[in-house]
Amino acid sequence: MAKSHKPVVWFPFAAGGTVIAFCIPVIVLLTFLAALGHVPAGLSYDKMHSFAVSVLGKLIIFGVVALSLWSSAHRLRCTCYDFGLRADTLAAAVLYVAAIIGSVASAVFLLRI
Amino acid sequence: MSRRPLVRECPPTSWYFRQPRYLRYMSREITSIFVGAYCVLLVVGLQRLSAGPAAWDGFLLALRSPASVVFQFLALVAAVYHAATWFNATQKAMPLQIGEDFVPGNIISGAHYVAWGVLSVVVLFLAGVF
Repeated sequence: MAKSHKPVVWFPFAAGGTVIAFCIPVIVLLTFLAALGHVPAGLSYDKMHSFAVSVLGKLIIFGVVALSLWSSAHRLRCTCYDFGLRADTLAAAVLYVAAIIGSVASAVFLLRI
Repeated sequence: MSRRPLVRECPPTSWYFRQPRYLRYMSREITSIFVGAYCVLLVVGLQRLSAGPAAWDGFLLALRSPASVVFQFLALVAAVYHAATWFNATQKAMPLQIGEDFVPGNIISGAHYVAWGVLSVVVLFLAGVF
């Protein structure tokens, strides 16, 4: 029976696309406010730290960051191809490895908090 | 008579200028660059948060540089555009059938927009914006 590895790539891609669509705009809005000098109270060190120190907070942050990274890697791979970069295997390897490194790094940073 | 198969010429780097719908597709593809870069920024932010209060405050201060303000603005536009097109596609990607009939597509997309709005307002409220 022919088996495909596509579901492995596709599931985090679809989940990540949904997470990006629902969560990333409001997160960007928060950091954009901070960039304009109106730092929201929730972005203070104490508030962020107390959120990231809880198990639920760690899981939410890791889920959002890791799924967004994986989905972005997959989308960037397609974007590279569409812009004429035909070295698809290379692009896929570089981007997926970057997403894995970013996810592992996020987990390490979260466990340090 | 030799048989000449039709070979369509497709310029690999400029094909999307041929049709407005290709351009719309590519404009959505480009949002992945900004969203991907923003994800890297999130990982950097996590590292700064784990490094202590001084590092976190330095991160918040670095966000205020002009280049960062421009980037965040572009990332915000890209993220909203990605979200809107994603929710518009949900009615095609997961049609919902109840009994004999399909639920109208704009109800499926509309429900996603409502959930998106509610979630965003809740996050903004929890973050102390209002």
